[in-house]
Amino acid sequence: MDFGPHLMLATLEGAVGAAVLALTALGLSLVFGVMRVVNVAHGEFYMLGAVVAWFVSTAIGTHPALGFVGALIVAPLVAAGIAIAADRLVLKRVDYDPEATIVATIGILYIMQQAALMGFGPEARPVTEPFNSRIMLPLLDWSKGLPSFYYPTGWGAPSITSYKLFVIAAATAILISFWLILSRTKVGLIMRATQLDKETAQAFGIPVNRVYSLVFGLGAGLAALAAVLIVPIQQAHYLMGGDPLLLSFIVVIIGGLGSIRGTVVAALLIGLSDGIISVFFSPTLAKILATLLVAMVLVFRPQGLYGKKPA
Amino acid sequence: MSIDRRSIALHVGLITVLFVGCFALNDYHQGNVARILVLATYAIGYNVMFGYTGLLSLGHAMFFAAGLYGLGMAMHYGGLPAIPAFVVGLICAAVLSALVAVLALRTIGVAFMIVTLMFAQSVFLAILYFGDWTRGDEGFVIAQSTRQVLGLDLTDPVTRYLAALALFSAALLITARMMHVRFGRVLIAVRENEERTRMLGYDVFRHKFLAVVISGTISGAAGAGYGLLFGYVGATFASVQYSIFPLLWVLLGGAGTTIGPLVGTIFMFYLIDYSSALTNAYMLIAGVVLVLLTLFARAGIMGEIRKRWAPWLP
Amino acid sequence: MAAMTLLETKGLTKVYGGLSANEDVDFVLPAGQVHALIGPNGAGKSTFVGMVSGRIPATAGEVWFDGQDITHVPAHKRMKMGMAYTFQITAIYARLSLFENIALALGSRDNRAAKAALERVGLADRADQIAGDLSYGHQRLLEIAMGVAQAPRLLILDEPTQGLAESEIEGFNTLIRSLAGETTILLIEHNMNVVMALAEEITVLDNGRFLARGTPDDIRNNKQVQDAYLGSG
Repeated sequence: MDFGPHLMLATLEGAVGAAVLALTALGLSLVFGVMRVVNVAHGEFYMLGAVVAWFVSTAIGTHPALGFVGALIVAPLVAAGIAIAADRLVLKRVDYDPEATIVATIGILYIMQQAALMGFGPEARPVTEPFNSRIMLPLLDWSKGLPSFYYPTGWGAPSITSYKLFVIAAATAILISFWLILSRTKVGLIMRATQLDKETAQAFGIPVNRVYSLVFGLGAGLAALAAVLIVPIQQAHYLMGGDPLLLSFIVVIIGGLGSIRGTVVAALLIGLSDGIISVFFSPTLAKILATLLVAMVLVFRPQGLYGKKPA
Repeated sequence: MSIDRRSIALHVGLITVLFVGCFALNDYHQGNVARILVLATYAIGYNVMFGYTGLLSLGHAMFFAAGLYGLGMAMHYGGLPAIPAFVVGLICAAVLSALVAVLALRTIGVAFMIVTLMFAQSVFLAILYFGDWTRGDEGFVIAQSTRQVLGLDLTDPVTRYLAALALFSAALLITARMMHVRFGRVLIAVRENEERTRMLGYDVFRHKFLAVVISGTISGAAGAGYGLLFGYVGATFASVQYSIFPLLWVLLGGAGTTIGPLVGTIFMFYLIDYSSALTNAYMLIAGVVLVLLTLFARAGIMGEIRKRWAPWLP
Repeated sequence: MAAMTLLETKGLTKVYGGLSANEDVDFVLPAGQVHALIGPNGAGKSTFVGMVSGRIPATAGEVWFDGQDITHVPAHKRMKMGMAYTFQITAIYARLSLFENIALALGSRDNRAAKAALERVGLADRADQIAGDLSYGHQRLLEIAMGVAQAPRLLILDEPTQGLAESEIEGFNTLIRSLAGETTILLIEHNMNVVMALAEEITVLDNGRFLARGTPDDIRNNKQVQDAYLGSG
């Protein structure tokens, strides 16, 4: 098999990762953008989403699709509920002090992770896809001098499951509807106003505390939603929150802290390149380089790709 | 001045109590306290940056690991005796912290925390990547026969305890002295109000830079000491968790107090020690303690004592 | 008797995103003078002293201090050369004691010198209090005391009497008069009574540019200055 199918497969796999990463990172970015705090426990809400998806699909044993739909509804709600409780009980009380919030969310990270270890156990558990069929991918052929498609057969032929394509489509749909909510609705307007200037928003009668709770819940819900989508591909595990947290950090930083557009662009960039790089290089080396790159971006271009330079 | 005398009495008294402890404690606790003393040295290093200078690092494990691997590799592969290997560990930590300082100090606040986290993560991943030499997660053991200093066998429990105490005492006295002289006062000034300090004529960058290097080097000394005294070198010590631990210990014991790091380490160590008998989810305790601290006692144990009863506490 | 020049700026300019906060400001300050810098809000006074002290990098122009070009000297070194700067918004170490605040300004823990510096603003009996517990007026006095404790050759005060009560302003005037013989003072001030009472000379900035300079009487009678303050364009 030559290079082309490899690259195409890697790109598609990367697109699945990028789609899920965009959702997760969007949650982190939203929280940072509006509330100016970093939620270190963000990856644990992702993990929670996956774990809840497992519980729901196990409880509704009739058909995988039923369980999946149930999880799509229940997991984000559970995550949002816990996040709102954390916001009310902890973050609000430390007055959203940036450093105290980081320390507190580290605490919340351990609490959630260890609670999952006690309630869910140390094993990785699979969740069945709601539907699954293998789709063979066509390749472009130039051998006859004109471009034509052909479907290779046999072992190693490029293919992708219909579920993976669904993940890409679903994530895109969620991102677009989210963008519409932010830019076209009153809720979005209120959130943007709070982001711009908390004091002024308060003076205009916007219930800033409720907006904060909502945003924190929404951020966690997005992470959980992303996990529900990925868990049929990836298995649920109590330690699975680490990687998405780190990757989301990377995305949010590269995209520019608090910039939604930057976050989505960076997620595509990183998700795709992560998929592509790890096919050709050692994943560890790729991670080292990516991590160092991000640190350097923060050091030398703290506003990221799209963020504005602080005055 | 009486404040100075009280402070000297406190530090000398503490070291004396710990010395007596070596002979008063049973084997189990003697072993624990030896370990605590090395980890508290790590916390003291962390405290220089976080407690006194106000720089919150989320990546101190890289300095601990630099000392640990510096010493470990030098002994395991280089065949160096303990003392030169210890020096290698110190140099590794000092060089790494100087490098990190130059880069990370260009950022402030949340960005600084994330940059330190990222650097530490790269170091951790690099240790895994070069697994052929570092033995990655599995780690390697430093041969018992080489862990000797001046004819003393560091694998003997009493010798090990006293060596740990010596390391801890050195770090404690160095920081106590440092915070007493102008350099340390300026670090506190930087923590309290950076711009004011600059406009009083102090070179803020130079002070922060030195704080990071001193902090990193003390943490590296703890790492090297750990390798030497307990004979094990592994990637776990470079993981995020080991960056969070000193933050937790220092917050609990009292950031910006000289003996807070020890107090916090003792508390946390025994809390986790007892709870791990009950559950394998012992990190739950760490999480709960972190949240409670940020909510109710930001100053930590010694900090609250200083606030309420003893404003002279260094 | 031509006094020695302590501070001089040549064509000092600051541009923020296309807008000039200071444009081409030439300024000479003789040693020993108490000089007030006034102007309507947004005239660029704080930007000007920001560039003089080194907090704000200049877009163009030069700053000379004591015969040396210090345009590219970092702020902390300028302070070491003999400048002191008090902030418009009170900047003290709120969680440290008054003694510690003064000691940091002095650069030593000399008890007597610290007491003396606090004495000048009438806070000597509060040396062990935490600075953040002081009233607002006392905090401002502490900051001025810190500036004085630095024993500067040039003391820059950015709106020192803002938020002070009438009685405290009286004390402030007395303090500045007592310093007048020892040091050079550059004072940004909105309170005209204070300006007229203290300044030997006044420079007026308007829209980031030099507008007028003269004795208090000159300035009071200057038509352009009156126009600038009345806001006629």
